[in-house]
Amino acid sequence: MKILVTAKRVPDPEQKVKIKDGALDLSGANFIVNPFDEYAVEAALRLTEKVEGATTRCGEVTVLGIGPKDMSQQLRSCLAMGADRALLVEGSDEGLDSEQVARVIVAVYQRERPDLLLLGKQTVDGESNQVAQLVAGYLGLPQACFACTIEASADGKSVVVGREVDGGTETKRLPLPAVVTVDLRSVLPQSVRNQQTPATHAYPEGPRYASLKGIMASKKKPLDSLDLATLGVTATPRLKLLSLEAPPQRQAGVKVESVDALIDKLRHEAKVI
Amino acid sequence: MSNVLVVAEQQHGVLRSASLNAISLGRALVAANGGGTLTALLVGHELGSAAAELARYPVDQVLTVDHPALAAYLAETHAPVVAAVAQQLAAEQVAATATSTGKDLLPRVAALLDAGMASEIAAVVGPRRFKRPMLAGNAIGLVEVLTSRVVVTGRQTEWPAAQPSAAAAPITATAVPPGPALGAEVLGLAQLPSERPELTEARVVVTGGRGMGSGENFKHLGALADVLGGALGATRAACDAGMVPNDLQVGQTGKVVAPELYLAVGVSGAIQHLAGMKSSRVIVAINKNAEAPIFQVADYGLVAKWEDTIEDLTTKLRALRSA
Ligand SMILES: Cc1cc2nc3c(=O)[nH]c(=O)nc-3n(C[C@H](O)[C@H](O)[C@H](O)COP(=O)(O)OP(=O)(O)OC[C@H]3O[C@@H](n4cnc5c(N)ncnc54)[C@H](O)[C@@H]3O)c2cc1C
Ligand SMILES: Nc1ncnc2c1ncn2[C@@H]1O[C@H](COP(=O)(O)O)[C@@H](O)[C@H]1O
Repeated sequence: MKILVTAKRVPDPEQKVKIKDGALDLSGANFIVNPFDEYAVEAALRLTEKVEGATTRCGEVTVLGIGPKDMSQQLRSCLAMGADRALLVEGSDEGLDSEQVARVIVAVYQRERPDLLLLGKQTVDGESNQVAQLVAGYLGLPQACFACTIEASADGKSVVVGREVDGGTETKRLPLPAVVTVDLRSVLPQSVRNQQTPATHAYPEGPRYASLKGIMASKKKPLDSLDLATLGVTATPRLKLLSLEAPPQRQAGVKVESVDALIDKLRHEAKVI
Repeated sequence: MSNVLVVAEQQHGVLRSASLNAISLGRALVAANGGGTLTALLVGHELGSAAAELARYPVDQVLTVDHPALAAYLAETHAPVVAAVAQQLAAEQVAATATSTGKDLLPRVAALLDAGMASEIAAVVGPRRFKRPMLAGNAIGLVEVLTSRVVVTGRQTEWPAAQPSAAAAPITATAVPPGPALGAEVLGLAQLPSERPELTEARVVVTGGRGMGSGENFKHLGALADVLGGALGATRAACDAGMVPNDLQVGQTGKVVAPELYLAVGVSGAIQHLAGMKSSRVIVAINKNAEAPIFQVADYGLVAKWEDTIEDLTTKLRALRSA
């Protein structure tokens, strides 16, 4: 199976968000791969390898990033996890909207013709949660968003996806090629099945760490740059971020000493019970 | 003036309550455009009482598209229907609540309409200008949609449920062909029945974290939630560990809640969790570690183990209730 995974770089969510003059102040920001995209890389690797004693690859994973040149660092870390090759389409972090990102992905899809397009459920900075659905809409492909489980069929022609929906889990079957976005639970030990690795195999929880060998190997893996002109993408933005402001801050309250004191506060001060 | 289309949801012929939040959002869009009509759309099969129920709320008309091929929700078949209806009505603005269906469907509709989209908006500032939380609730963005047609989803907690209106709106069935399923099919939906109110609507939410230790121990929180007539929530860590079902997750990437009272028990207060509950009116934290970050947003903090407090709290609240 040939999989195209997309990855955005985002400022580390653990760092404090700084806003200056109505815009995000990224000075001193540390960038990481958007966590959901890291999960997508993990899911793609699990789908394209056979783990039985040793691990052998049985498919190809290409990672596509759209961002500044510096983003090659994050793409290298995806290669170090085990992805086979990476593509970097140059653009700014903030300048591109979902529309432009989606059009780039569509163009790369048409060049690469993967069996599966795997994206994160959302970016943790912009939180748009639209790119995959736009891409599926433009390409006329079936979609399964918010995957907690992915099972490839033995013939490699379809996937069955468990989708996290309000109130439960929906199971949806899609013929390939298709667009899938991954949610948090896709990285639990037995969330992904590919009919190659025995179904009883349990992965460690979470996305894999790059091994020293993986890091060394990543340096030799292909990481190609593409530009919008080569791809023939001329999309104009459809959403503009005019300004950012800090939300109202919540003040820490008081500590109470006992259950009785808590009940008293809730009844007589907060008046909620 | 603008025609606004809101996408309502039903399940087995019963109107989903998130539709009422969508109507409030739709009314705000009409107001921002200096007037216009508000149409609520129901798509599915065997719509039961949902259309009549929807017509009781402040919309100008209810449109239904009923077709056997639309029985199970599929973005593939439903998105073309919503887009076609938007074209027919010349609706400049298309909106829905950001439920799991709204989030899945509306961007695909935007793609079919070649429209710009703003997700999970919290306020309508102008016909094309909206405020939306970003960066785990640590920033509020002011965004502008640059296309003439606008698609939005609204964050449910920011849009109150619409109240019924005096007169019922007319209901019209319209025949729009379903989109092709493209081979996609729903094989099943595993839903766990719950007697408790929905997380996103409950007046009280009792949330447990990894500190609860096991799924079994969540029954103590369930009992507390029941005394308060509240819903049960959980952190990612508790869901991932299989203590409770995934759809109880509160946070940046789970449900966003804003109840009158939020009780966090054995929850550390990671930013991704805070993003989903910081707008609650009153926050209570019970955690054995006095340094836990949750105390920085809690109005009332109790440094204690849940084992030593929850039963006592439940018993005393129950006694108060029956007094
Ligand atoms: C991309 C991404 C998205 C995420 N989205 C979400 C999200 O939507 N929602 C979410 O919740 N998390 C989310 N997370 C995870 C988040 O970062 C934290 O890991 C998680 O919220 C921690 O859960 P917790 O507080 O239950 O566990 P912990 O951080 O392990 O905290 C457990 C707490 O319990 C206390 N405790 C232990 N024993 C007891 C006891 N007996 N009595 C009382 N207190 C006790 C401890 O002092 C501790 O503070 C996300 C993470 C990522 C990377
Ligand atoms: N600049 C980007 N480069 C590569 N992939 C992206 C980019 N922006 C968004 N994506 C992908 O689209 C998914 C959803 O993003 P969003 O719709 O922006 O929340 C992300 O998880 C990524 O997989």
